[in-house]
Amino acid sequence: MDPLRKVRVNISNVSMSYGQTPVLRDVSVNIEPGEFFALLGPSGSGKSTLLRLIAGFNQSQSGTIAIDDEDISRVPPWHRNIGMVFQNYALWPHMTVNENVAFGLVERRLPRVTITRKVAAALELVGLQEYGERRPNQLSGGQQQRVAVARTIAIEPKVLLLDEPLSNLDAKLRVHMRTELLALQRKLGITTIFVTHDQEEALSISDRVAVLDQGVIQQVGTPMELYDNPVNRFIANFVGTINLLPGEVRGGFFDSPDIGKFRLPAAIAVNDGKIEIAFRPHTLTLSSPDRSTGPIQLPGTVSEREFLGEFVRYRVKVGTAEIVADQPHLGGVPDFLPGHAVTVSIDPAQVRLFTA
Amino acid sequence: MTTTVHRQFTFTQAAIALAIALFLMLFLIVPVLMVIYVAFANPDGGLTLQHFASFFQISLMRESFWNSLIVATLSVVFASLIALPLAYFTVRFEFRGALLIQTLGILPLIMPPFVGAVAMQLIFGRSGSVNLLLGEWFGFNLPVMQGLNGVIFVEALHYFPFILMNLVVSLNNIDSSMEESAQNLGASGLRLFRRIVFPLAMPGYIAGAALVFIKVFDDLGTPLVLNVTNMLAPQAYLRITSVGIEDPIGYVISVLMIGFSLFALWASALVLRGRDYATMQRGYSGLAKRRLKPWQTVIAYGWIILVLLLVLSPHIGILLLSFGNIWSFSVLPDSFTLDHYKTVAQDSPRMVWNTMLYCGLAATLDIILGTAIAYLILRTKLPMRRSLDFMASAALAIPGVVLAIGYLRTFRGVQLPFMDELLTSSWILIMLAYTVRRLPYALRSCMAAMQQMHVSLEEAAENLGASKQRTIYRIVVPLMAGGILAGFVTSFMTAAVELSATIMLTTAQNDAPMSYGIYLYMQSAAGRGPGAALGVLAVVIVALGTYFSHRLIRSRAADQEARPLQKIEV
Ligand SMILES: Nc1ncnc2c1ncn2[C@@H]1O[C@H](COP(=O)(O)OP(=O)(O)O)[C@@H](O)[C@H]1O
Ligand SMILES: [Mg+2]
Repeated sequence: MDPLRKVRVNISNVSMSYGQTPVLRDVSVNIEPGEFFALLGPSGSGKSTLLRLIAGFNQSQSGTIAIDDEDISRVPPWHRNIGMVFQNYALWPHMTVNENVAFGLVERRLPRVTITRKVAAALELVGLQEYGERRPNQLSGGQQQRVAVARTIAIEPKVLLLDEPLSNLDAKLRVHMRTELLALQRKLGITTIFVTHDQEEALSISDRVAVLDQGVIQQVGTPMELYDNPVNRFIANFVGTINLLPGEVRGGFFDSPDIGKFRLPAAIAVNDGKIEIAFRPHTLTLSSPDRSTGPIQLPGTVSEREFLGEFVRYRVKVGTAEIVADQPHLGGVPDFLPGHAVTVSIDPAQVRLFTA
Repeated sequence: MTTTVHRQFTFTQAAIALAIALFLMLFLIVPVLMVIYVAFANPDGGLTLQHFASFFQISLMRESFWNSLIVATLSVVFASLIALPLAYFTVRFEFRGALLIQTLGILPLIMPPFVGAVAMQLIFGRSGSVNLLLGEWFGFNLPVMQGLNGVIFVEALHYFPFILMNLVVSLNNIDSSMEESAQNLGASGLRLFRRIVFPLAMPGYIAGAALVFIKVFDDLGTPLVLNVTNMLAPQAYLRITSVGIEDPIGYVISVLMIGFSLFALWASALVLRGRDYATMQRGYSGLAKRRLKPWQTVIAYGWIILVLLLVLSPHIGILLLSFGNIWSFSVLPDSFTLDHYKTVAQDSPRMVWNTMLYCGLAATLDIILGTAIAYLILRTKLPMRRSLDFMASAALAIPGVVLAIGYLRTFRGVQLPFMDELLTSSWILIMLAYTVRRLPYALRSCMAAMQQMHVSLEEAAENLGASKQRTIYRIVVPLMAGGILAGFVTSFMTAAVELSATIMLTTAQNDAPMSYGIYLYMQSAAGRGPGAALGVLAVVIVALGTYFSHRLIRSRAADQEARPLQKIEV
């Protein structure tokens, strides 16, 4: 299959509600040509709704959706040429794999030979060339998923929409299929929007991610931007693991009801007021109380210890707060058992502040 | 072609909905309203209760009123007495009942009670086989076929499977985990039954009982064949056919009959409201089954064999009658012959053809209407779409006699276009009556089939470039084929044995379907043999049709047996 012409998708100020319940609020996203774009958000945040809006199964109350600057809001689903892979695959049980994949090509009134060739090519792309005569119910979950993908890319859509395509697979297959999906997308160069509630999935394979919460886009950025510079505490919490401490800044000191008072280094000084400080577990250093150095030091006690191979995850009781600290499992890094007194050192360069 | 999609529905959908609504108005709502209107109308057009007063002044009418009520109620009681133990045995114990239940469920559909009624008289009547034997050996008789008893007996035996089937379905829908969690929380034995099993099975029982009540009320053929005329349906028929289409008493009876049907539906809806547990629970396994102890097995099978013998007696009786030379005052016919079949072969090919034609057309119309209504209701946002379902289902509450009276009155004098014939004397009206009366069955079947189909299967087709029409053609109809076919079969079979409306709407011998023929034959003692032969023929035709369509459905179902779509949840 030849690489497709890459298109841009512009979603501008889209709002939508089911009856009185708002589901999307003023959503604007621009997706670049050929991008692998993830829509990430918790269950019920409106991801599927946005995807179905792009596919034409929902109508928004306001806003536009444009492909290469052409508004498609009024085009019916069957004229959009936007391929969608459904979460439940939606394979037709009364058709063979070949017939399923040929469906869209038949609708386009292509000559029989072309259809046969394109079906074979699509099935080969997903590695199912031997399975054309089977029925969907004679395939495993992973194979069904590939058929769903083949059926969609066979029509050479302008945009590929994937609604939680991996959620019905078991954990191991999920990791395998996501790299396969990415490889396929790179090969075809097709602009792809991938919906998931799994942050690891989104971060690992997407070029950029939009995080959705309660129908509002919270942040759009590359996986690293989201991880390193979350714009608010929701993103900080949802993307990766993070420690969050609420408190108040007064005269260069941070005062937390949980862990007491400490001086904020000049590097991260802010105006007085309520804030939350946030820091990732792997940016912390644990040491014995006698050996500690650094600008921010918090005394605490190890309460739990989980060995995860590459690193050890500690839960450290500091005041009334519990701080998660990841320490690499390397020679020379000390090991602490529950009950040990430790000092948690925070690197000011790695701290994020959220005004409450 | 670029159509806009911001409207909630398309012009085509609205036009189809309107056409269906018009059809139902014309051939169901208006005729019924006409009947009701006439029952309340003065000669000068004003409203009056005078006709109802006259009705209750006639002692025969009062008697008929009570008789109908008693017969319908007692038929439900006896049908329940037969059905409850059978349902309990099948669901609760390990024993091969499934096949039996299925067979029993189909029997009343393929042979209506009036066909077997004469045979029942020969077997259970005052001088029938059973009483002759009882009298000879024990010196007493069972008056089961005397007067109203006969009607009750025949109806209960024919219609108990409706209760049985519904009950078994709801019992099977009870997840064993529901029972187990009740046991886990400390309930057992009778308390478990009373607090969990019974409430959960209630909807099925009520639905079945209401159906039996309505069916019995509706049945005109059985009382007529048994020569019991002091009931409402026969009185309505006799009034209209002997006194005339103007006689208001016929309309009063009709309104009362509609009232009772509506009452039964309303009462069951009231009990069922908010209790529709029949929604599929994934992975249910039914109630835990127990192994029968040997003595229990004996009792269970004994009971079942007794019931089976009773249930099959009309069928066996009809078969004997059709081959019997003379059967009167004897346990079995004196000798056997093929003469009755010869008579039927000469007299009635036309009737067989008529049945095929009317029922085939009616069932085809039914599945077209049923699929269209199901689609409009479940897949569009057309305003007032629910009212189509309501209108179509209203036919359930309208007895055949009433619909026929409504037709005769409403279409009085209407000339068929391009033909020199009145609509009321044409077979088209018979066919339309079948269509309207059987539409609720076909509709249920189509709705169920469409509800089982996940909407994403259609969206995927649209996503790949198929318009709404193409999606219906390539995805919806093929996937619903099993359900549609089942709807066709049910409509066809039940229309083939319809008598209530048929008797009233058949005006020419030439246009008569088989059910009418059987009824005519059964009127005279000499006609019983040929009538039975025609009955056997009807049963065979209907049974063969059912069998082949079931095979067709099964083979289709086998190759599309989809892995059940998972519920979408993150
Ligand atoms: N057809 C519908 N009618 C009413 N509410 C709906 C419908 N579909 C989704 N919703 C609601 O819209 C919100 C967003 O749903 P959805 O887009 O499916 O979320 P996600 O895919 O992110 O889990 C949810 O609160 C859901 O309950
Ligand atoms: Mg979703």
